[in-house]
Amino acid sequence: MAVAEELRPTSDALLKSKAQRRPANLGQFVRWGLLFAGGILMVMPIAYMISTSLKWPHEIYNLKLIPDEPTIENYTYVLEDGRFFWWFVNSLVIATVTTVSNVLFDSLVGYTLCKFRFPGRYIVFIAILSTLMIPTEMLVIPWYLMSQQFGWLDTYWGIMFPGLMTAFGTFLMKQFFETVPDDFIEAARIDGLNELQIWWTVAMPLVKPALAALAIFVFLGNWTAFIWPLIVTNSVEMYTLPVGLSSFGDEADVAWELIMTGAAISTLPTLVVFLIFQRFIIRGVVMAGLKG
Amino acid sequence: MRLYRDLTIRQKQIVWAWAFLAIPIVFYTVIRFYPTGNAILISFQDWNLLGARTWTGLDNYTTLVSDPVFWQVFRNTFVYLLLGTPVSLVISFVIAYHLDKTRFMHGFLRMLYFLPFMTSAVAMAWVWRWFYQPVPIGLFNNALASVGIPQISFLNSTTNALPAILAPAVWAGLGFQIIIFMAGLRAIPRSYYEAARIDGVSTWAVLWEITLPLLKPTIVFIVVFSSIGFLRIFDHVFNMTTNNPGGPLNSTKPLVLMIYQTAFSSFDMGYAAAQTVVLFLVLLAVSLLQLRILRDR
Amino acid sequence: MGFSRLKALALASATSAAALLGSAANAVEIEYWQYFFDARVSAMEQLIENFEAANPDITVKMTHFPYADYRTKVAAAIPAGEGPDVVQLFYGWLNDYVAADLIQPLPEDVFPADKIDAEFFPMVQAMKEGDQYWALPTAVRSLALFYNERLMEEAGITEPPETLDELIAAAKAMTKVDAAGNVTQVGVTAGMTAQDHHWWREVLVRQFGGEPYLDDYKTVNYNTDAGVEALEFYVGMTEGDTPASAFGFMDEPQAAFKAGRAGMHIDGSFRIGSLADTRGLKWGVAELPANADGMRSNYSSYWVNAITTKAEGEKYDAAVKFMEYIVSDEAMQIWLDVVGELPAKPSVGLTDANANDPVFGPFIKGLAYANTTKFADESGQRQAMVEMVERMTLQGMSAAESLAIAAETEQKLLDDYYATN
Repeated sequence: MAVAEELRPTSDALLKSKAQRRPANLGQFVRWGLLFAGGILMVMPIAYMISTSLKWPHEIYNLKLIPDEPTIENYTYVLEDGRFFWWFVNSLVIATVTTVSNVLFDSLVGYTLCKFRFPGRYIVFIAILSTLMIPTEMLVIPWYLMSQQFGWLDTYWGIMFPGLMTAFGTFLMKQFFETVPDDFIEAARIDGLNELQIWWTVAMPLVKPALAALAIFVFLGNWTAFIWPLIVTNSVEMYTLPVGLSSFGDEADVAWELIMTGAAISTLPTLVVFLIFQRFIIRGVVMAGLKG
Repeated sequence: MRLYRDLTIRQKQIVWAWAFLAIPIVFYTVIRFYPTGNAILISFQDWNLLGARTWTGLDNYTTLVSDPVFWQVFRNTFVYLLLGTPVSLVISFVIAYHLDKTRFMHGFLRMLYFLPFMTSAVAMAWVWRWFYQPVPIGLFNNALASVGIPQISFLNSTTNALPAILAPAVWAGLGFQIIIFMAGLRAIPRSYYEAARIDGVSTWAVLWEITLPLLKPTIVFIVVFSSIGFLRIFDHVFNMTTNNPGGPLNSTKPLVLMIYQTAFSSFDMGYAAAQTVVLFLVLLAVSLLQLRILRDR
Repeated sequence: MGFSRLKALALASATSAAALLGSAANAVEIEYWQYFFDARVSAMEQLIENFEAANPDITVKMTHFPYADYRTKVAAAIPAGEGPDVVQLFYGWLNDYVAADLIQPLPEDVFPADKIDAEFFPMVQAMKEGDQYWALPTAVRSLALFYNERLMEEAGITEPPETLDELIAAAKAMTKVDAAGNVTQVGVTAGMTAQDHHWWREVLVRQFGGEPYLDDYKTVNYNTDAGVEALEFYVGMTEGDTPASAFGFMDEPQAAFKAGRAGMHIDGSFRIGSLADTRGLKWGVAELPANADGMRSNYSSYWVNAITTKAEGEKYDAAVKFMEYIVSDEAMQIWLDVVGELPAKPSVGLTDANANDPVFGPFIKGLAYANTTKFADESGQRQAMVEMVERMTLQGMSAAESLAIAAETEQKLLDDYYATN
């Protein structure tokens, strides 16, 4: 009989109550202080990025944190550009769809590679892992030829298709499914659930932290993708945000203050996605009293 | 369906497994394996993207082996790996471990550490490049100068440039690894810690005997993935050395940058494909090695 | 993978589609590609408008995309059979495009070689193979000496330097070094990663008595005494107790100038736009300095327009007409006004108004004696220059030795290229 596995209750309320039970000691304080200092160091470069976005072009090379003549001119310039709205929407659609696709398919494949025994299992795993080993720069040409042949150029599908499933996500999910005890799966099988139901209702909830992490990374990766969207799009309205923002520079000159502004603006949606999903990482799973 | 019901449990498993894998396998084959096979094919040819292809056999490979720049690039790539992976692994674990034990403003701190990962690589490369400038502009050198230490040439030195570029790469990737570690830490059942506390085990022993072993799948993932990442490093180097890619004097050039230049500056697709095959073999070897070693322990 | 088969397929589908559309409105539509830059796009839109007004049976569809990875983009599209009827390309890529059968020569009846020779500035002749022109520019760029008026005043310099010696003297006067020996302001910027490698090749080497290349740019010829002198002059600017410049100062030469920390800066006419936007910077332009004997030289580069092999029949005729218009005097003046790029013809460039313009004048005057380097691999050849200087500054190599290595590297690039093309 399996022990009642009480997985860590990690909702914030419980955390707070735990904190109240333990008096704060010096060690905790020092730890917090160091982490905070470290955190500030981590975001220094970003502070400079934002500061540059608030500067006039002639000031951007003096690396002062507070500009002598702050201005929001760069922001108005970028945001008033009518195309900006489309770039934003395109990126949002593509990042969202690929995230959903990855969360579904990568976990399905990861789960299968982890919990099923079948001939060819290791080979499939290594084969999928090996797709990480070819730089995408080399795949861009064949993808383009393919898109051109099937009429996917300049379409959402054309931009999205290479990223719908990734070896990264599959590998991540496989590792996390390893932490799901086989007993649970067996128990569900005995209870008469079919494999698909087991995956969806039993295994998936147990790896929510990993799914949340996966969602964040896939969203981020697709939000910032540049080379492939650049190549597959033709019309300005189809550009994704990174591609559109890069048009603020040409062969002779790059308007760094505008690039910084664009970067600052692009960070906002990813920040939102992060803030939404990170709670799942810490919340984990509360599964009280599951008996075997 | 009579046929299905007649199968053993074992065989049913196999059917389900392949059913689940069907669409993904088609996807990977079309999107990844086929183009990769194509790239391998091209490595035995000579193609400048705009004209006809001609077979050249092993010419590309022999040129590669006798190219001194290739060997320097090869060495650079491994330095990125050998410096980058352990450093980022240790730092991110330490941070994740302590962050996990912190309650006050936990979410805010976590966001601070993750922010660099979310920000545009191009923008960050520019900021770091400015940090590294000599006096009177560079932040680091200004700080050194204010305490009387002579300034250091970061990006213009053949010895300092590679670590100087590795630093922002590690910095940016920390957030990613911290999040993964935290997800892994959260997956450890509390009962283990409870039992340890009852038994009076010290925090250090808990870390070594309980936490780390249970984190093994997470650690394996991070080691393998970040190794692949450092061996494949490109964006950071390219963005920080735009005007002189891989410089100075090829001291920072990783293999992927060499591939990129060969393919899209020199338009020598056959040669670039040969380099890609080499990279692929290196990555495969390193990953398999790591998986083997980390599994047997 | 039959690229030619794909191309034929694309061609077939394109022409049949065009036939369907064409028959409807009896209008021929041709496609034009260029890279995206606000001013260029608006200038081209104006030109297209004028052209379509004069030719109601032709419509021109312009496609553009960001400059970053422009070459990658075009390189990916063309083998797939996508492509325009008239394409804009950098002059340095002409050989690649010709060899790959992507563009066709301009028809001799409309663009006879001797007429073009006479009408355009001489360096455009680099676009001629034998007796036929393959492509023509609407606008060209050249180099000139930008100077910071305020810094010059501070140093007591009343006129921009006319000769190389004056250049060095002025630069030394404007270089500031702080107590710890760090450079805080340079008299003149220096950096092979920017335009200096062009200045060195086509200007300095010649001014010191050499000829950088022979055989129509197939043979490297700067590994001579003249070359060594030119290199020593260039690197010498950053050496000594009173340097005239510093490498790597403020990351990029143009950054130093824009930030007002460089007295002088050699750059191309494309820099004018961004300098005009820089608040608080008072700058002027002068012709590149001559050598002691009064000899001047310049480097000119340009983006050209060419007709692709995809254009056939009606589209070809339309494309020819379009080409004719975009290299006409009218088009060039519009381009100068909107984009700020120099006209490719003396008839437009050397008008009183244009030649005496305080900003454009020095650049335009430079066109008369400019040379255009025929690159086989521009980034590779530029890298050879960058490394040539780095070997001297980072590894203490002598000029002669480093120059020899650079010459060998470049020659190999050229040989490899011309062996297969």
